[in-house]
Amino acid sequence: MNFEKFMKGGLAAVMAMSLAACSGSGNASSSTNTTTTTTTTTESGSTGTDTTASTAAAGGKFKLGGSGPLSGGAAVYGNAVKNAAQLAVDEINAKGGAVQFEFNMQDDEHDAEKAVNAYNALKDWGMQVSLCTVTSSPGAAVAPLYKEDSTFAITPSGSSLAVVFEDSDNMTGAYGNIFQMCFTDPNQGVASADYLSSHKDLGSKVAVIYKNDDNYSTGIYNKFVAEAAEKGLEVVYTGTFAGEDNDFNVQLTQAQSAGADILFLPIYYQPASTILKQANDMGYKVSVFGVDGMDGILSMEGFDTKLAEGVYLLTPFSADASDDLTKNFVANYQSKYGEVPNQFAADAYDAVYAIAQALEAAGMTSDKSNADICSALVGQFTSMTFNGLTGSDVTWNANGEVSKAPKAVVIQNGVYVGVEG
Amino acid sequence: MAFLSYLINGLSLGSVYAIIALGYTMVYGIAKMLNFAHGDIMMVGAYVAFFALNSFGLPVIPSVLLAMLACTVLGVVIERLAYRPLRQAPSLAVLITAIGVSYFLQNGAQLLWSSSTKVFPSVVPAGSVQLFGGQLSISYLTIVTILICIAVMICLTLFINRTRTGKAMRACAEDKGAAVLMGINVDRIISITFAIGSGIAAIAAVLLCSTYPSLSPTLGSMPGIKAFTAAVFGGIGSIPGAFLGGLLLGVIEILSKAYISTQLSDAIVFAVLIIVLLIKPTGLLGRKISEKV
Amino acid sequence: MKKIKSFFRALFDRKVRSRTISFLIVILGYIVVEILLKSGNLSSMFQSLLVPVTCYMVAALGLNLNVGVSGELNLGQAGFMSLGAFMGVCVSGALAPVVSNTLLRLLLAIVCGALIASVFGFLIGVPVLKLQGDYLAIVTLAFGEIIKSLINNLYIGFDANGFQFSFVENKLKLAPGGKALINGPMGATGTQRIATFTVGIILVLAALIVIYNIMYSRSGRAIQACRDNRIAAESVGIHVANTKMLAFVISAALAGAAGALYGLNYSTLVPAKFDFNLSILILVYVVLGGLGNMTGTIISTIILVLLPELLRGLQDYRMLIYAIVLILMMILSNNAKVREFAESMKQKLTSRKREEAANE
Repeated sequence: MNFEKFMKGGLAAVMAMSLAACSGSGNASSSTNTTTTTTTTTESGSTGTDTTASTAAAGGKFKLGGSGPLSGGAAVYGNAVKNAAQLAVDEINAKGGAVQFEFNMQDDEHDAEKAVNAYNALKDWGMQVSLCTVTSSPGAAVAPLYKEDSTFAITPSGSSLAVVFEDSDNMTGAYGNIFQMCFTDPNQGVASADYLSSHKDLGSKVAVIYKNDDNYSTGIYNKFVAEAAEKGLEVVYTGTFAGEDNDFNVQLTQAQSAGADILFLPIYYQPASTILKQANDMGYKVSVFGVDGMDGILSMEGFDTKLAEGVYLLTPFSADASDDLTKNFVANYQSKYGEVPNQFAADAYDAVYAIAQALEAAGMTSDKSNADICSALVGQFTSMTFNGLTGSDVTWNANGEVSKAPKAVVIQNGVYVGVEG
Repeated sequence: MAFLSYLINGLSLGSVYAIIALGYTMVYGIAKMLNFAHGDIMMVGAYVAFFALNSFGLPVIPSVLLAMLACTVLGVVIERLAYRPLRQAPSLAVLITAIGVSYFLQNGAQLLWSSSTKVFPSVVPAGSVQLFGGQLSISYLTIVTILICIAVMICLTLFINRTRTGKAMRACAEDKGAAVLMGINVDRIISITFAIGSGIAAIAAVLLCSTYPSLSPTLGSMPGIKAFTAAVFGGIGSIPGAFLGGLLLGVIEILSKAYISTQLSDAIVFAVLIIVLLIKPTGLLGRKISEKV
Repeated sequence: MKKIKSFFRALFDRKVRSRTISFLIVILGYIVVEILLKSGNLSSMFQSLLVPVTCYMVAALGLNLNVGVSGELNLGQAGFMSLGAFMGVCVSGALAPVVSNTLLRLLLAIVCGALIASVFGFLIGVPVLKLQGDYLAIVTLAFGEIIKSLINNLYIGFDANGFQFSFVENKLKLAPGGKALINGPMGATGTQRIATFTVGIILVLAALIVIYNIMYSRSGRAIQACRDNRIAAESVGIHVANTKMLAFVISAALAGAAGALYGLNYSTLVPAKFDFNLSILILVYVVLGGLGNMTGTIISTIILVLLPELLRGLQDYRMLIYAIVLILMMILSNNAKVREFAESMKQKLTSRKREEAANE
C-alpha cells in the first residue's frame, strides 16, 4: 500500500515541478513582452517615447535579441551596449520607416553557460535577428547555436576570432552568419605596430602590459609582437595581469628598469586609468599608446584627465568628434542615461543601424522565417557599405570580419586631437 | 634597491589587507561566523566616500567619517536582519546567508550607482619621499597607509584590552554561555563587533581606493577573499594575527609578482598559506583550542 | 505476486526509504522530461538547462558526501570540476579523429575526468584531512584557487605530431591543422558539443549508488559518528582516516566527472569559470537541500539552477531578487517556528497514514 501511495506522491511532486517549469517559461516570456514593445497594440514600456512609429508598424516588428553581461564584473560593457542599442531602436522606430524593431537584451553574466541559456530564452521569445553577445567567450559559445538555427547575428564588440570561426587556430570554418561590428583583434595589433614603427620619434623601446585572460587584449598583443619583430620595433618588457587585478606597480617598475620609453596598453580603459595613475605616482614618464578599448577614459567619473595628457590611441570612435552623427548620439545618450557613451555603445548603435539598413535594402518583412532573413542579411552585409559612428565606408567580408580604418588621436588638454596617420 | 621598493609596496598592500582582515577576524572571534559580505560592505564604504568627496565636495576627514558611519550602520542592520535570525542555526547556513548578502550588496550597488567604473580621487597628496639620493622613492600614500594600519591596530588592541566593552567582547569570544551568565548582553556585543568591523572596513576602502582607484560594484570581492586568507594565515580570531597575516600576504604577493611570475602570484600566495597551515594548523598566532567532548 | 509486494515493501523499508526516493525522483524526472521533449512541449531554454542541471547535481552530490556525511567543509569543489572539465575536453578533442562514436568519446572523457580529479583529490586529501574545521575549509579554498591559477597558465596543443605542452608562456608551435586544446586563460574553444542529458542522468544515478553504498556501509556509519563527535568516536576505537580519504576522493571524482560532462556541453570553456564563486554555488545547493540529504540536494539543485532563469523577466532586478530569495530561504528553513510547522505537518501525514493502515 505504501508503495502505491508513494508512487502517487512522487509523481505528483515531479508533475508539480515540471508544471512549475512550464508555467515558468510562460512567465518569463510574457514578462519580457511587457517590458519591450508588444507587436500590435501599444508602444513599449521601456522605449516609451515613440508614438509616431505606430503608423508604419503594419508589417510587424523584427524581434531583435542580444545578450551581454548586465550584472557582475563586466556589467559596464553589457549595459553600454544595451543602452545604445535601445537608443538606436527607439530612433529607428520613431522615424517610422519600413523596418521596426522590438528589442530584448538578456543577461549572460559574461559566462558561456548563461549565454547559452540567454540565447535559448531569446529563441523562445521568437528572436529573428540578433546582436549576438557583447563579450567574446560567451560569443564563441553561442555562435554554433546561431549557425544551427540560421539566425543572423552581428556582435557589437565580441572581437575574438573564435566568435566568427569555428576553428580559430587555423581561421577556418567561418560560421558565415555571425558578423562583427568591431575590429578583429589582430587588425588592431598590426595597425598599432605600423603606427609605432613609422613614428620612431615617440620612442623606440616598447613595454607592453596586457590582460592575458582577455581574448581582446591577448589577440592584439600576439599580433602586435609578431608584427613588431618584422618592423624592427624593440619590445623590451612584457607584463600581464588577469581578472580584477589592479596593482601594476611591479609591472611598471620592471618596465621602467628595462628602459622602456613607450608603454603599449592593448587593454580597456578602467585598468588603463589605474596604470596611468600608478605610473604618475611613481614618477615614471613614458609615452602611452592605446587601442580602441582606451576610449572612454576621459569620461570616467572622477578621472583626472591630466593623467591622460599625451596619450596616443587608435580608435574608430571618439565621443568628442565634431560630426553631427556623433554629436547627436552623444547628446541623446547622455540625456537618456546620464553618462558619456564609450566605444561599446558606439559599436552597438552602429550594429543596430547596420541591421536596419540591410533589412531595408533587402526589403525584408518580419513575417519571413529566420533562415530567409539570415540569408538576405548575409547577402546584404557582404555587399553593402555602411557609414556610422565608428567609421565610414565600412564593409564586411564573407567571414563576417569588418573592415574599417582606425584613426590615431592624441589627448591634448583633455580632448582628442587627430594626428596624421 | 628594487627589492626595498617592492617590499614597501608589499607592506602598503598588506596594510590594506590587514585592516580588512581585522574586521573578518573580530566578527569570527565573537560571532563565530565567516562574514563573506565583509568585502562588499567595504565596497559600499568606498562609494559613500567617493560621493562625499566628489559630489558633495566634502574635505577628506569628514568624508571618511561619513563612510565609516554608513558602513557601521550597514553592518549593524545586516547583522540584525540577516544574521541574528540564524543565531541558533548551523554555521553553514550563516555562511550561505552571508554569501546572499554579498550578492545583494553587489547587485544593489550596481542598480544604485551603475556598473561604470568610477575613479576614486586620492585622499593623500601626490608626491614621494626620496631616499638614497633618489634611488628609492616612497609615495606619501604608502607611508600614510602603513601608519594608519598601525594606528588602527593599536587602537583596536587598546579597546579590546582596556575597556569594559572590550572585556565583554573577549568574554563572548571565550564562552558565550558563560558570558550570558555573567550578565553580558551577547546580542549587543555582537552588534558592536559588527559596527566596529564594518567601520574599520570603510577606512580600508578609502586607503585601497586611493592606491587602486577603480571603483566598481565588484571591488570588494577579491580583497575580501585575500583578507579572509590573511585572517586565517595569522590565526583567525586573533587581532595581532590578522595584522601579521595581512602584512605577510601583501609582501608575499608583491615579491612573487616581482621575482617569480605575475601570472602565478595567486597560486604562490595560496601555496604559502597551505604550507603554514600544515606546520601550524591554527595559523601563525592562533591559539590551540583543546576540544571538549 | 507476493514476492513482488514484499520486494517493494523492502524498498520502502524505513532504513532504505530515502535511498529509494532519491532514485525514483531522478528516474521519474527523466521520464517526464523525455516525454515533454518528445512531444515538443519543452521550451528551448529548459532544454538548454538539462545537461548543466545534471552536472551541478553530480558535483553537489559529491560535495554532500564530503560536507554532509564526513562533515568536512570543502570550498574547492570547483577546482576538481575544472580538472575534469579540461581533461574531458582534451580527451575528446584528441580522440576526435580516432573515435567517431560520440557516446563512447563522451564516456571516455568522463572516466578520464573522474580519474584525474580523483588523483588530485588523493594528493590534496593527504594534507587537507590533517586539518580541521575552518582551517580545512580555507585549505580546500586555497587548492581550488591554485588549480584555477595553474590551468590559467597551461597551454596544451594537439597536431599531427602529438601533444605539445607549455606553461606560463604560450610556446605552442602547431603544425597547420593543429588545435590548441587549452589556450591558457582563454581556455578551450571550438569544442564539439557531445554531452547528452541521458548520460547526465546515468551519471546522477551512478553517483547516488556510490554515495549510498558508502553511507550505509560500516565505515560510512563510522564517518558519520566521527562527524557528530570526533573525540567520542575515537575514544571507542573508531579510526576513519582511510574512509574519510575515500569519501574525499570520491567526492573529487564525482566533481571531475561532472566537469567533463559540463565541458563537453559548451563549445567554449574558460578556467575562470571554475572559481571560488562556483564552489560556493555548489555548496549552496548542498546546504539548502540539507546536509547528508541526497534527495534534498537533487531538489535544491533543480530549484536553484532554474531560479535565476525564471527571474529573467525581472530584467535589471534579477540578481538582486535572487539574492533576497536566497537569504529568505536560509532564514526560513532555519526558523524554529517554520520547522515546528513542518514537523507537525509531517506528523499529521504519518499519523493519517497509520490510521489508514490500521483501518485496512
